[in-house]
Amino acid sequence: MSRIQSVFQNLQAAGRKALIPFITAGDPDGELTVPLMRALVAGGADIIELGVPFSDPMADGPTIQRASERALAGGMSLGKVLGIVRAFRAGDDATPVVLMGYANPVEAMGQGAFAAAARDAGVDGVLVVDYPPEECTAFTAGLRAAGLDQIFLLAPTSTEQRFRDVARCGGGYIYYVSLKGVTGAANIDFDELGRRIPRVRAAVGIPVGVGFGIRDAASAKRIGAFADAVVIGSRIIEEIEASPRERSAANVETFVRGIRAALDETAGAKP
Amino acid sequence: MTDMQYSLPDAQGHFGPYGGVFVAETLMPALAELRAAYEASRADPAFIAEFEHELKHYVGRPSPIYYARRLSEKLGGARILLKREDLDHTGAHKVNNCIGQALLARRMGKPRVIAETGAGQHGVATATVAARYGFECVVYMGSEDIERQAANVYRMKLLGAAVAPVESGSRTLKDALNEAMRDWVTNVSNTFYIIGTVAGPHPYPAMVRDFQTVIGKECLAQMPEAFGRQPDAIIACVGGGSNAMGIFHPYIPHEGVRLIGVEAAGEGIATGRHAAPLTANARAGVLHGNRTYLMQDENGQVIETHSISAGLDYPGVGPEHAWLKDSGRAEYVAVTDDEALEAFHTLCRLEGIIPALESSHAAAYAMKIAPALGKDKLLLVNLSGRGDKDIHTVGERSGIRF
Repeated sequence: MSRIQSVFQNLQAAGRKALIPFITAGDPDGELTVPLMRALVAGGADIIELGVPFSDPMADGPTIQRASERALAGGMSLGKVLGIVRAFRAGDDATPVVLMGYANPVEAMGQGAFAAAARDAGVDGVLVVDYPPEECTAFTAGLRAAGLDQIFLLAPTSTEQRFRDVARCGGGYIYYVSLKGVTGAANIDFDELGRRIPRVRAAVGIPVGVGFGIRDAASAKRIGAFADAVVIGSRIIEEIEASPRERSAANVETFVRGIRAALDETAGAKP
Repeated sequence: MTDMQYSLPDAQGHFGPYGGVFVAETLMPALAELRAAYEASRADPAFIAEFEHELKHYVGRPSPIYYARRLSEKLGGARILLKREDLDHTGAHKVNNCIGQALLARRMGKPRVIAETGAGQHGVATATVAARYGFECVVYMGSEDIERQAANVYRMKLLGAAVAPVESGSRTLKDALNEAMRDWVTNVSNTFYIIGTVAGPHPYPAMVRDFQTVIGKECLAQMPEAFGRQPDAIIACVGGGSNAMGIFHPYIPHEGVRLIGVEAAGEGIATGRHAAPLTANARAGVLHGNRTYLMQDENGQVIETHSISAGLDYPGVGPEHAWLKDSGRAEYVAVTDDEALEAFHTLCRLEGIIPALESSHAAAYAMKIAPALGKDKLLLVNLSGRGDKDIHTVGERSGIRF
């Protein structure tokens, strides 16, 4: 069983929801990423999504764009991100790490070389925003052979047929995009989500996480009432941006702990 | 003429290893909807008739092929012919495609259109058709390009469009495209994204090409009428490559006709400050929804490009050009900023035509090879746009401030 699967199984047994924070590797600098990851875990993260910075992050709003620009200005690269995961793994063998990014850095490294290097570094899952299932069959097979879960997105625009098609290729969990828009946007329709998520889960047969635009304990709690996992990204990056460098890990931990507490209030709510 | 088979892209939008649909999930259904609407429209005689009617009565087609006699005689070699897309309404070929996509947007019931623009020609063309058909219109433009193309920015505003400055990345065409994609993903239910070049996710490269093939189809008929035969070579500038695909595509089966795409060498290929992924043999990569030759660093980050011409200042290229290069059917070369500028001035003074800086690249290459060719040879240059928009850029090079 993969790390991701066992995390969801244990949470489910306890009637709890997964908290999946996102940070961009190398933001604000490469030395701080591992301490930030450990702070996320200390604050109650179940899985970490680690952003691989890209020059043209088309699906991201201004906050994650800025994080990418800072990381690239500091010389971050896909190869260095794998080094960060290796360093994180040296002190944490339990928390799954999912790399999230865009196709071109993977293409530049080579799909096969990437799958092997990611496995060796201790990566558990990979989400490539601009690799829809139909454009990456060989990549999907390569990740599967390396024992990695490929996480796919589903969106408010996806049809039920699409739920099933995507689920056939995906592993780990489905990342359901809460809104039509980019990361960090603020127009979530909770009622619509509440109707959609049970249908998505029924179709895909793996856990469903919801992300994009979840900014605080209250919205996380509302999402946690019907989703298996809550993903928070832009809001955490804003926390890093607003903190002096030496305080950022502590501030991120405090913020995540608040979300954790709110999510656990929904513990025992029906899945 | 041969019976060379050519029916690319395949059903998934691939030109060999290039093209495809590399977008986030939210846009997948929108692209499927667009594919279906486009397939239905291109098979609908009423749609085609309206498109052709608009091209004739609104754009002013067909555009003539003009023999540049004084230029040709001065060079002393091949005869240089100019396909006068600079005479199209709005001043460039871009409007052909915008008419097609606007008719499609109307058919799909979308009240709002968005576009990206580099030089501003596609933005102007989009703003124009938005006014013509009554759409709300937002044009994304890099703030550096806004500075370079102030007249076109004002033109778009006169036409009722909102121009949204893009401050991210290199603040040029590629960043405008990123921002337009972000708008589209947010407003996908009521918005039609009018992409201006033969790039982006399927079906855009094929659809934009199809709307632009009116250029090449006219040439196929005009050349024998006016010059007794087809040209020996067709020369067109390539940024994303829509004017080139439009004139090349109908000639692909005519194997005796050389197809030459001219990229922007900027300050020279060797300096790295250029926008010529094909000529420089850039590695293939994925950007803006398709796989193609892409200017990038060793880590797969897209690098900043340079060209005096905003419309060619783009790190990728349409996937069909990538395929035509690999297949050998078309050849790709590059000319520098200085060579393009020299061609710009030469056309002004010898022919009374102010060409766009983009088109000046194509003219420059024709002027480079014409002297060594016989007087019986015919070089057909796609003069894709007029250069009024560029007089500030050119003037500044001569120390003139307006």
